[in-house]
Amino acid sequence: MTEYFLLLVSTILVNNFVLVKFLGLCPFMGSSRKLEVATGMALATTFVLTLASASSYLVNTYILVPLDVEFLRTIAFILVIAAVVNFTEMVVHKTSPMLYQVLGMFLPLITTNCAVLGVALLNVQTGYGFFESVLFGFGAALGFSLVMVLFAALRERLAASDVPEIFQGAPIALITAGIMSIAFLGFAGLDKGL
Amino acid sequence: MISAIFALAFLAAFFGLVLGLSAVIFKVEASPVVEQIDKLLPQTQCAQCTYAGCRPYAEAIAEGEAEINLCPPGGQQTIQAIADLLDVEALPLAGGEEAQEEAGPSVAIIDEQTCIGCTLCIQACPVDAILGAAKQMHTVIESECTGCELCLEPCPVDCIDMVTIAEDIKTWKWPKPNNHINHPITRGNFELITDKSAGNL
Repeated sequence: MTEYFLLLVSTILVNNFVLVKFLGLCPFMGSSRKLEVATGMALATTFVLTLASASSYLVNTYILVPLDVEFLRTIAFILVIAAVVNFTEMVVHKTSPMLYQVLGMFLPLITTNCAVLGVALLNVQTGYGFFESVLFGFGAALGFSLVMVLFAALRERLAASDVPEIFQGAPIALITAGIMSIAFLGFAGLDKGL
Repeated sequence: MISAIFALAFLAAFFGLVLGLSAVIFKVEASPVVEQIDKLLPQTQCAQCTYAGCRPYAEAIAEGEAEINLCPPGGQQTIQAIADLLDVEALPLAGGEEAQEEAGPSVAIIDEQTCIGCTLCIQACPVDAILGAAKQMHTVIESECTGCELCLEPCPVDCIDMVTIAEDIKTWKWPKPNNHINHPITRGNFELITDKSAGNL
């Protein structure tokens, strides 16, 4: 039980995928102007990450390894992720047209989110079992969502504050992200021994 | 080698099947054309297009019975939007050169000396902008009036006039772009225009 809890703490805080591993920066910067968009994007990515993590583990264990074609891992995982994203888009379109309109072009961009592929590959590298893979994916998604929401809230405040003209927009956002990243370094060592 | 091909082919087929099935299960009905056209119309319900309201006009357009250029309150922009939606040619506003000049927003005003309190204009107003009762004074609430001119006809003493709203700080807007139907480049006719009456050149 403790290992699972530590795994979650590790993926959400200590080895946060965006601020520590620097994966998934594109949607992080791209959809964090407004809080609602960021929340929607975070939810969609959570769904995709968990599902992709589980299915890529299954594909790896039951198709790639038995057939001895591990060199196909990257392309097979990309195929899995693209299919999962497509599936998610269809589900979102049907269940919540409002959310579909808000997220719009961002959903296919999850396919190219390197955090998703990164999670899938890291699962295999670290040699996790099925449940651990799913938990790893879910934790990574939670960490991603947490940081997205925090950053979106910060950006909304930045938009309303007195930023020097040279820094307005992307520069101040990147500097803020950097400072957040340094702050997250403070979590280092939190997952060692409990 | 063969196993690699087999593995990828199997994965592709499997996910193709899953996605195909979910495309059927999660199918979303696209909104009917009438709804989409109706959303573009200004909802003044003024009947200047000779249909009983914006919805009947939208239905007529969808059935192909009506031209898309019959709506003066919508103006050229609405015509262009409907043309883009239905992928047809954008026609200039019906009514010739006169209708194409936008006089600006106008409201109705009742001459209170002449009004007899018959309530016929109140019944005609689609947005309920006229205040009054039988044998009491009628007056137009300026902020509610959309300028549709439907009240002018029923009045038996002809006491209603249309007045253009003077632009002040609160109502000023950027002028709309030129009617590009008559623009020498965008109308697809490449002759040099020397006739000065053709649009704002």
